[in-house]
Amino acid sequence: MKNLLQYMKDYKKESVLGPLFKLLEASFELFVPLVMSAIIDTGIANRDTGYILRMCGVLVALGLIGLVCSITAQYFAAKAAVGFATKLRHALFAHIQSLSYSEMDVLGTSTLITRMTSDINQVQNGVNLTLRLLLRSPFVVFGAMVMAFTIDWRAAMIFVVVIPALCVVVFGIMLVSMPLYKKVQKALDRVLGTTRENLTGVRVIRAFNREKNETARFGQENETLTHMQMSVGRISALMNPVTYVIVNAGLLAILWQGGGAVDTGRLSQGQVVALVNYMSQILVELIKMANLIITITKAMACAGRIESVLQERSSLTGMAAVAPAGAASQADNEGSGKNLSAAAHPAGVAFCHVSLTYKNAGAKSLTDICFEAEPGQTIGVIGGTGSGKSSFVNLIPRFYDATEGSVRLDGQDVREIPLPALRRAVGVVPQKAQLFSGTIRSNLLWGNENATEEELWEALAAAQAKEFVEKKEGRLDAPVAQGGQNFSGGQRQRLTIARALVRKPRVLILDDSASALDFATDAALRKSIREMADAPTVFIVSQRASSIRHADQIVVLEDGHAAGIGRHETLLEDCPVYREIFESQFEKGTVQNASPIRVNEKTAAKKSREMRAGKEEGRQE
Amino acid sequence: MKTEDVKKVLRYLRRYWLFLGLSLLLAAATVLFTLYVPVLTGRAVDLIVGAGQVDFAGVLAIGKRIAVLVAATALAQWLMNVCNNTITYHVIRDIRREAFDRLQILPLKYLDGHSYGEIVSRVIADVDQFADGLLMGFTQLFTGVLTILGTLGFMFSIHAGIALVVVLITPVSLLVAGFIAKRTYSMFRLQSETRGEQTALIDEMIGGQKVVQAFGYEKKAMERFDEINNRLEKCSLRAIFFSSITNPSTRFVNSLVYTGVGLTGALAAVAGRLTVGQLSCFLSYANQYTKPFNEISGVVTELQNALACAARIFQLIEEPPQSPDPPNAAVLTEVEGTVELSRVDFRYRPEVPLIENLNLRVRPGERVAIVGPTGCGKTTIINLLMRFYDVDGGEIRVDGTPVREATRDSLRRSYGMVLQDTWLKAGTIRENIAYARPEATLAEVTEAAKKAHAHSFIMRLPDGYDTVIAEDGGNISQGQKQLLCIARVMLCLPPMLILDEATSSIDTRTEIRIQKAFASMMEGRTSFIVAHRLSTIREADVILVMKDGKIIEKGRHEELLLQNGFYATLYNSQFAG
Repeated sequence: MKNLLQYMKDYKKESVLGPLFKLLEASFELFVPLVMSAIIDTGIANRDTGYILRMCGVLVALGLIGLVCSITAQYFAAKAAVGFATKLRHALFAHIQSLSYSEMDVLGTSTLITRMTSDINQVQNGVNLTLRLLLRSPFVVFGAMVMAFTIDWRAAMIFVVVIPALCVVVFGIMLVSMPLYKKVQKALDRVLGTTRENLTGVRVIRAFNREKNETARFGQENETLTHMQMSVGRISALMNPVTYVIVNAGLLAILWQGGGAVDTGRLSQGQVVALVNYMSQILVELIKMANLIITITKAMACAGRIESVLQERSSLTGMAAVAPAGAASQADNEGSGKNLSAAAHPAGVAFCHVSLTYKNAGAKSLTDICFEAEPGQTIGVIGGTGSGKSSFVNLIPRFYDATEGSVRLDGQDVREIPLPALRRAVGVVPQKAQLFSGTIRSNLLWGNENATEEELWEALAAAQAKEFVEKKEGRLDAPVAQGGQNFSGGQRQRLTIARALVRKPRVLILDDSASALDFATDAALRKSIREMADAPTVFIVSQRASSIRHADQIVVLEDGHAAGIGRHETLLEDCPVYREIFESQFEKGTVQNASPIRVNEKTAAKKSREMRAGKEEGRQE
Repeated sequence: MKTEDVKKVLRYLRRYWLFLGLSLLLAAATVLFTLYVPVLTGRAVDLIVGAGQVDFAGVLAIGKRIAVLVAATALAQWLMNVCNNTITYHVIRDIRREAFDRLQILPLKYLDGHSYGEIVSRVIADVDQFADGLLMGFTQLFTGVLTILGTLGFMFSIHAGIALVVVLITPVSLLVAGFIAKRTYSMFRLQSETRGEQTALIDEMIGGQKVVQAFGYEKKAMERFDEINNRLEKCSLRAIFFSSITNPSTRFVNSLVYTGVGLTGALAAVAGRLTVGQLSCFLSYANQYTKPFNEISGVVTELQNALACAARIFQLIEEPPQSPDPPNAAVLTEVEGTVELSRVDFRYRPEVPLIENLNLRVRPGERVAIVGPTGCGKTTIINLLMRFYDVDGGEIRVDGTPVREATRDSLRRSYGMVLQDTWLKAGTIRENIAYARPEATLAEVTEAAKKAHAHSFIMRLPDGYDTVIAEDGGNISQGQKQLLCIARVMLCLPPMLILDEATSSIDTRTEIRIQKAFASMMEGRTSFIVAHRLSTIREADVILVMKDGKIIEKGRHEELLLQNGFYATLYNSQFAG
């Protein structure tokens, strides 16, 4: 919480003036019963109509001043709260952007989005109400007591008893019921979970004829929920009646004691009425305060969650270089970035005894990998799911840092290369083909802001995307919906490949990014990348043996270990893991048949139309 | 339409008429007592006139009456709250239960046609909102109206002139509130639009952060974010500030009412037509009177909202269910496994023909492989066989019995189904494998898991068979989930099978296990397989080649290759290289 307060520092003036004006308004409000008591004691008692009129004028004036003060206070509170939220959103967004893959994996995207949106809104609301009300309510309560003291200290003693009693009841009920409400929420979550599950699993549930059991389970959960709601409801239903009783007991006491005081002449009738009025003001304010405290607790919880994200530090050293807030790092970004990518030749990549353990993971995801790729080579990476393929390639652009050993680019440890420069040199096509709303052009320009029209088309051609982009209305300026929903899976993949090619990277990583392409397109893609001017060193991660079999080197991963490194033919002979994978995809009988692809890839590519090509179109539905 | 919904809500309330009546009675009592207390207080004040002029006996008598009244009010209020809770929570329990019951019998056509999120939000969020509205309506609307009427009655009975002043000035506060609300509406809309725009950007940039970082787009993203953020700041400030004027303004109007009462009251008192006690009573009424007005305007919108939510839930509850089993429906037992499809027509949407005049006869123990590009209607066949959907024309018969004339229960019991979409319920592995037969012993479960080649990985999990699978099955891999789904079928192993081979990337070793499990399962059973693997296809007794929802070729592997048609092209492109 404390750390979040720094975003308030530009609003010091507002956060002081807001509550201050609120207090002013409250004090004017506190004068009202006194004026009324004067009307009764002086005006009515002396039948002085002029006095009554003047005093009523005072009442209206008090109301007006109160209105002005209050509106001023609302303005300052709103300004501080909104400004604070704006700064906080900026800081949080900047911070999230600076987090590395490791932290993103742990935090999760949907959580972060909630933090950015509804959590910050809650905090904004909390700040706003705090500035408006947090001081006001206690002030009115204690102010009423103080005013009572100015009238008569003995009568005021009743306030001294009643106020703590009310506090105990109001906050006691809140304290008891709040954890219960949390339980209700949990019960509701269970009901929600069951409903969801029954929808997602409807086919299985019906196939196994489990409808009745599911209904029974839901009934039970529903019943539990109702039960909890009832019991917490019974407790919070106590709030109004009990406070009502206490306040009225206080009133009775005032009447009784006030009666005695009036009889002896210590108090006037009007003063008794004023005391009664103060007593009823207290209750209203206490209830307001209870509600305020609920809002503030919620806001505090949200603030705590936001803060924990802000405290998450990027595990990559030198990550600060990309923190978008820093203007100084920008120069660094431009400068060294150009140097590295200006040398537009393919880079050599070396892994020296590399191990990787993910955050919070028990076991290593990569263990002691040693491997060297010559500049310009094509490297295939294959293995089962969870064998560490993606981890392996993700180390090159430093999406993660190796926990042991080092990854080197042209002999230089990647941790010593400024991150922006490194990222500029490495083109990545991630597993999930992700496009951003805008146009095809705006997406491609992510690769290189200054790319010419010609360069964009070149990249599209190499990525086998030229044909369908040409057919699109508007071609390069054809709109892309959020997430690229208006493109098929295969088209999205090819566009993300083109986006990476636009950078003219020195190392290109295709992380299982041709899975939605048919074999022919896949083959043509690999061929055209190899034929590019200044062809990069290419890493191809794939489940398909056919995609990597012609690579210069193949890295076979199993459980994070390199089970084999070498060319297809060698591995087939002496790497059992590779053989198993290969044979499961190419049945023994067809292995020999398959070899012509290599000899005459072009004709094979033309002829071949994969059965799964339908997938591409299918995704669009 | 709207009165319809109100009537429906009332129908749910009818079950709790006793509580409802009691609640109304208690509310009336509460209001009456609450309003009577200031009158008594006023009288007491009148007995405390000045030095030596205090009627202690009178004050004591009134004090006693106040004490009794207050105790009674508190009790009535609490009981009323409990009644309202009882009604509300039971009504929504009933509604939820009905909604869920309906979900179980709704045709899949409806469920497939609506997003799960939407249905869940009806059952959860809408019902919740409805409950809030209902509860608020009970506690505030009725008492609010009573309070207004009661206050008016009491005020007019004491002094008509002052009452008139209150009645005339109060509406001003409503006007002011309404005026501000109308003016701020467009500001709030602008705020929520801008928020929406910002959320979309956040969603995209954080969701795609890996790409953002890989391409060094952070600075650009930040610029775009800040631009929206600054706009949001401006319009938020306007919306929040202008709407927050409402409270001070109504408070000001209230103080005008208070002053008005003070003025006319004091003048009347001077003229001797009003006692000081009565004036103090009026003052407290003036404070109370405006409150229900402000509340009611809130309650009305809340109630409208609640009614809209109720309408959405009722829509779900009233959705026509799937046709029930005919009264004399046959119960399929000891199925041999003959499946016949004759002249089957089917379409999801009336205007898009899909399956037309499909004929197929499968003998017991035969394997049918269904192949074709994605989206060609392979899963449609599964939908029809399992009667997730009913055919539009023609007939499907199992062992000679038309499936429409058999119970759904017994038909589905005859099939074992493993879908590509591996749904597991939140619970332990054991519960999941024993899903069809919860009474199965651990030995039986283990046996099924062994047959499904799932035993070894289960044993490697931290709690073995008692390992809890998270709601989304996040703690085990896709392939392992598939093995569990196979084990689930293994446990009961019905005479016919429907299998959907996975296309998604599953690691090779698990894949081999799945294939083995499938093979041992299919032994001697009529099987329908949506096939992607060459071996499955080659060993099938019949291959159905589907394209655009139609079966365009049918036959054995060799026959189809000889035909040199679509199948041959498919086969050559995918497997022969």
